[in-house]
Amino acid sequence: MIALLTYKGILVLIVFTITLAVAAYSTYAERKIAAFLQDRIGPDRAGPFGLLQPLADGAKFFFKEEIIPNVSNKTLFILGPSIAMLTALMAGVVVPWGNELILGGNSYLLQIADLNVGVLYVFGVVSVGVYGIMIGGWSSNNKFSLLGAVRASAQMISYEIAMGLAIIALIMMTGTLSLREISLQQVGGVGGHWNWWNVVYQPLGFLIFIVCAFAECNRTPFDLPECETELVGGYHTEYSSMKLGLYLFAEYINMFISSAVMSTLYFGGFNFPFMHDLGLSANWITVLGTVALFLKITFFIFFFMWIRWTIPRFRYDQLMNLGWKGLIPLAVFNIVLSGLISLYVHR
Amino acid sequence: MLTNRSKIVVKKEMNFWERIYLPAIFGGTLITIKHLFKRKATIKFPEVKREVSVVYRGQHVLKRDEHGAERCTACGLCAVACPAEAITMTAAERKKGEEKLYREEKYASVYEINMLRCIFCGLCEEACPKEAIFLTDRIEPSDYTRKSFIFGKDKLVEPVDKRIDVTKRQTPAVLNFKKNKLFSHNR
Repeated sequence: MIALLTYKGILVLIVFTITLAVAAYSTYAERKIAAFLQDRIGPDRAGPFGLLQPLADGAKFFFKEEIIPNVSNKTLFILGPSIAMLTALMAGVVVPWGNELILGGNSYLLQIADLNVGVLYVFGVVSVGVYGIMIGGWSSNNKFSLLGAVRASAQMISYEIAMGLAIIALIMMTGTLSLREISLQQVGGVGGHWNWWNVVYQPLGFLIFIVCAFAECNRTPFDLPECETELVGGYHTEYSSMKLGLYLFAEYINMFISSAVMSTLYFGGFNFPFMHDLGLSANWITVLGTVALFLKITFFIFFFMWIRWTIPRFRYDQLMNLGWKGLIPLAVFNIVLSGLISLYVHR
Repeated sequence: MLTNRSKIVVKKEMNFWERIYLPAIFGGTLITIKHLFKRKATIKFPEVKREVSVVYRGQHVLKRDEHGAERCTACGLCAVACPAEAITMTAAERKKGEEKLYREEKYASVYEINMLRCIFCGLCEEACPKEAIFLTDRIEPSDYTRKSFIFGKDKLVEPVDKRIDVTKRQTPAVLNFKKNKLFSHNR
């Protein structure tokens, strides 16, 4: 029991560190990719290729003056970014970062908790994340913050529905809510152990899911809650110092986690092509699988940033039209379609 | 329709593929990804300096003659020519024993250019009858106060040991142009 707890504790620490590191370096990657897509060079002064830039940014956040507006509700004002950060970090618990390692007869699962309702857990935690934004925007007692917060919550609630419906079609197919089992079902892929990843069976579902993921993470083209040009930063207008840092950080963590969830649900998770054809031992396959998962996550994070510099922001009515009149009926259609096909296949 | 670039706008209903945006978004991603591999336009300034023309109009220099005496005679033509009224000067008479310092009997004891007013048009250079003031390809350094942008003789006159080369702009063609009676500034 103690051994298990120690192992899980270490795993939690590792995942926590990796999440923070990935989020920190996402800010660097964001700036670099933004620059490269615009034919610029980007940050290159702090360290070689500007690699120390995230550290410099972090240190800057700590040394900035902390301003809490007099008219704000102080408790809630501090609670806002805390909730945003907490929920962002909590979602990483159920993601299977790898298969199991077998060391000295003991098996070590590279997943903090294999909940049998993993997908629901992710959804629950993500929807609590809206409260961070809502509370932050409301308690700052600033019209622009409030507008940003209202936009954010309306947007997130509407897109959560379509996202959930997209997932239902997938769950009808896999028959389980555990992320680890969904990963294991997609074992193999190209190679001797022929098996398609879920994206092949659920292309429409994946499309809906990724569009909703963009909206949930407040990324362009759905970054209305914090559009700099209209709302002076949106819900975090009044925030300064590390509280602002936490909000921005939580956004990058959300991006990381949703990339991880997308890779797990639709792109085979820790499975990679030819995994059983290389003649490797099980442990090596696990390690390579984790590397493969992180490559997939990196690609999705890159994709998030790539789209940011491709598509302009939606107008608010377009956003709501797309969500309610476009994606939700499409997701329902997808459920019906998957149901009919699975009926036909199983007969 | 002078340039043939104007497009006729047709306000027609979008078809299905245009309405779901996805083909257009895909096309957009292809365009943006191409830029990832393009040559970057940035010049890393302090390390790499951008190449400028030999007749670039940058920070001014007040030239000395071949013996090291200042050429400027404080005639004030540059100040008159200056459209931004950036130049001001005080004339003084050369004393005995100062022949090594000043070429003519009259010289500028104070010569100031306000670099914030200056528009780097080069009219001072064109107006100068004594070949004393030139614009160079040096870029004026940035600073924090307005006062520091009023350049006096300490910054403008070239040091005796560190002459500034203006041969590229002081060509015979330029000298002929300056002497040509056809132009109003020589009449």
